[in-house]
Amino acid sequence: MKENSAIERLYNGIVKENPTFVLLLGMCPTLAVTTSAINGLGMGLTTAVVLTLSNVMISLLRKIIPNGVRIPAFIVVIASFVTIVQLLLEAYLPFLNEALGVYIPLIVVNCIILGRAEAYAYSHGPVSSLFDGLGMGLGFSVALTAIGAVREILGAGTLFNMAIMPKSYQPIGIFVLAPGAFFVLACLAAAQNYVKRKLAAKGKDVSKIGSGCGHDCLNCSEGACTERTAALKEEDK
Amino acid sequence: MENVKELLIILISSSLVSNVVLSQFLGLCPFLGVSKKTDTAAGMGGAILFVITLSSAISGIVYQFILSPLHLEYLQTIVFILVIAALVQFVEMFLKKFMQPLYKALGVYLPLITTNCAVLGVALTNVQKEYGILAGIVNGFATALGFLIAIVILAGLREKMAYNDVPESFKGMPHVLLTAGLMAIAFCGFSGLL
Repeated sequence: MKENSAIERLYNGIVKENPTFVLLLGMCPTLAVTTSAINGLGMGLTTAVVLTLSNVMISLLRKIIPNGVRIPAFIVVIASFVTIVQLLLEAYLPFLNEALGVYIPLIVVNCIILGRAEAYAYSHGPVSSLFDGLGMGLGFSVALTAIGAVREILGAGTLFNMAIMPKSYQPIGIFVLAPGAFFVLACLAAAQNYVKRKLAAKGKDVSKIGSGCGHDCLNCSEGACTERTAALKEEDK
Repeated sequence: MENVKELLIILISSSLVSNVVLSQFLGLCPFLGVSKKTDTAAGMGGAILFVITLSSAISGIVYQFILSPLHLEYLQTIVFILVIAALVQFVEMFLKKFMQPLYKALGVYLPLITTNCAVLGVALTNVQKEYGILAGIVNGFATALGFLIAIVILAGLREKMAYNDVPESFKGMPHVLLTAGLMAIAFCGFSGLL
């Protein structure tokens, strides 16, 4: 596949560098809104829209934004799109707005968005940035929907509000409550660990497989916090 | 009297019943990232307490006296994030210059929480629930207190279980997440409190 082509970017976002399954980024929304498949899908698509729009806008502005103030500039662009999307949801999809509540404005601090702006959109053209945002956003949506589906099936015996489990199935209510979110994510992280070990044993490169954010929701991705993490490690000693 | 009772209810519900990390999933990154040792966890909790209380005061004032009279409520997300980011930078410089001991205790953690979702989350919740400035400050303090309680407990548990024999794949993050899940079950018990 040609580097930075549309297909390569989509594949990269959905499979190769899937923000949730591979990089384990953006955990706060992942845990909070995946109580059902429909909520997960709604959150995923909302994030995808913001991510795509902000990627394109930042890519268009990349020659104008000075390097020194790029992070505040990114934040303003992202926050503007989040506000627009929030107002649109309030007007046209009020049930989704109600279900996701405060997590919609909190998309601003989703590290996937700022991470892509910093790592990709700021140094690439608008078309490939568009597909990069679309790929990452769809990857996030797929992951949230899948996690939401697992929790909904186990916790309520339904999928997209349709009963799919046999009548004899006793729903494990805890999976749609807060503790269930931690358990599901723990299993996911364990599966990721397992794959990573298998790949490492075969001598493959596993440096891309991340283990989530460290400290700061917005600035955790890429190199942004390596020096701070180093400072904390000193502290730990 | 009525007012005091209301504030007390906010205090208990925000710190224990709907705990910021264990039931609202805000501020997970520092919760998982900085909970290896109790001292560091307490330092992080202290920094969060400081920043959230201060930022809910400032964002409450900005909302009541600037955004609301000008009918610019829809700009809250943009304004809050910029105000909070600027505030943390300013606090860091202020502490460095005038309060060395406090800076030594919190300095490392302050830049880590500039744009934490818990900080912005509290500011937005205050507006959503239509809290006044005082109620907002109490809510911010209580939320951060809940964070402090949760991260110190988790760090204590992690110190104890550092040498446990767990399956290879569950080492590290999954193990911590399972522990957090069990803590969340325990905190569910507080829901009978109010």
